Amino acid sequence: MYTDKVLKYFHKPINQGKIRNPDGVGKVGNIACGDMMYLYIKMDKSNKPETIKDVKFQTFGCVAAIATSSATTEMVKGKSIKDALKLTKDDLIESLDGLPPIKIHCSVLAIEALSEAIYDYLKKNKKKIPAELEEKHKIVVKHNKELEERYDEWIENQKI
Amino acid sequence: MSTKKTNKKVYLDYAATTPVDKAVVKAMLPYFNVKYGNSASIHTMGVDSNKAVLNSRDIFSEYLNCQSNEIYFTSSATESNNWALKGVAFANKGKGNRIIVSAIEHDCVLNSAKWLSKQGFDVVYAPVDKNGIINLIKLKKLITKNTILVSIMHSNNEIGTLEPIKEVGKLCKEKGVLFHTDAAQSVGKLPIDVNEMNVDLLTASSHKIYGPKGSALLYIRNGTNIEPLLHGGGHESGKRSSTVNVPAIVGFAKALEICVSEMKQESIRQSKLRDKTIKNILKKIPNSYLNGHAVERLPNNVNIRFDFIEGEALMMELDNHGIEVSTVSACSSPKLESSHVLLACGIEKKEAQGTIRISLGRYTTENEITYLLEVLPKVVKKLRAMSPMGLKNS
Ligand code: FES
Repeated sequence: MYTDKVLKYFHKPINQGKIRNPDGVGKVGNIACGDMMYLYIKMDKSNKPETIKDVKFQTFGCVAAIATSSATTEMVKGKSIKDALKLTKDDLIESLDGLPPIKIHCSVLAIEALSEAIYDYLKKNKKKIPAELEEKHKIVVKHNKELEERYDEWIENQKI
Repeated sequence: MSTKKTNKKVYLDYAATTPVDKAVVKAMLPYFNVKYGNSASIHTMGVDSNKAVLNSRDIFSEYLNCQSNEIYFTSSATESNNWALKGVAFANKGKGNRIIVSAIEHDCVLNSAKWLSKQGFDVVYAPVDKNGIINLIKLKKLITKNTILVSIMHSNNEIGTLEPIKEVGKLCKEKGVLFHTDAAQSVGKLPIDVNEMNVDLLTASSHKIYGPKGSALLYIRNGTNIEPLLHGGGHESGKRSSTVNVPAIVGFAKALEICVSEMKQESIRQSKLRDKTIKNILKKIPNSYLNGHAVERLPNNVNIRFDFIEGEALMMELDNHGIEVSTVSACSSPKLESSHVLLACGIEKKEAQGTIRISLGRYTTENEITYLLEVLPKVVKKLRAMSPMGLKNS
């Protein structure tokens, strides 16, 4: 069902974990199956344009969710914001030699996590936010509310 | 090239299907190309085939304590369950239109019931408690004068809970309602007596008991009103037309024979392994919980949920270590839905997500369980470290 590439990322995920003091965090979830993905970015501000210096993920979800979030981090590391935002789910799927149709939504989520992390960074630094990103953000906020209710105890748990 | 870490193979998914026993294969073989007659033919070859089928019927009737002519061979438990529900519903619609099924039935029962409700039948779902045991008081209340059939499984395929079938049977008898039970998971593992249990229809399946796939049966008590699902040349006393699948039936019967001969010791052996597995997982892994009843449980079923991680990922991590189990997490389901069984037991969606089923069988050894208990805590830890949830517990 899964390609060898997907399984490779799943078994040996790259960039898994948390960044201390990140410049941006994207927290997204899937209301259907209940998957949650956190993506952290650290920017290299000495570069012009700025580039993504470090990026890490944490995922509570299926094989495809873990593999796509890991592959996303790998594909955007070192890129400028503009280039990172160009990454699509299809690029991601292609880089993994394909995903089962029912798992496409997991790759959508990985892209969402990335754009949310960038949104967070731009917002915090009072930078201009592209209209498209603003639109995407609105949808995420709606979904997140539902998920936070579902997972409130567990999210609490992690804050302690 | 395989990406797997190991070439070890520990199959712990016997509730999904089982390997065909060598003795079963041997018993089946002649019926493919030596004794290949059509059991409906009256020449010598046909008669020989028919004898083999009659002989098989006797093996089942002895086990179930019924008449041989009450056994109807089918192609799958799905067919048997479809037939029981639809056949009884349509044959008895003059008497009433209510059909009661438990909330934790297999999809083939639930979806047949759903289809019947579209045809105008009044389908109601009997609730279960947190361990998956049917609530007899509520069930009693659901049985109205209009009720024609109650269908409650003998044991649940996911969580292994055993239902109080004898009590349900008694209740249905008192109320004069037909009672069907899906015993696909329990036949060959536990003794069954359709008279003592007051069962009118019962489903059994071959591939769950080391027999071939594509072979199953429906026991129908003589005198039960039921319409056929398959119309045709009048096989199986006109109730189930189709050329009789002799090798599959012979294999199924042989498989049952072996199960019956080993039932006592196997049930004790597997229950011990099961309890060892459950006890150790709960002890070694924090935030892990048993689904289903601790005692009223199939001897081979272990079903555990782990907080903060997802079942498909866990299953695939185990697979990487050569251990094969199954999961019913939302992510692994075709509709991305949580298990209806776990939800019916009152388990929350987030908790249901990290569930795996480990099912033991005839060839499961102590060593395999020791290996599982060594690997499982590690992979749970690995996935928890990756999860944004509950980090404090990893
Ligand atoms: S995370 Fe649920 S299907 Fe991928």
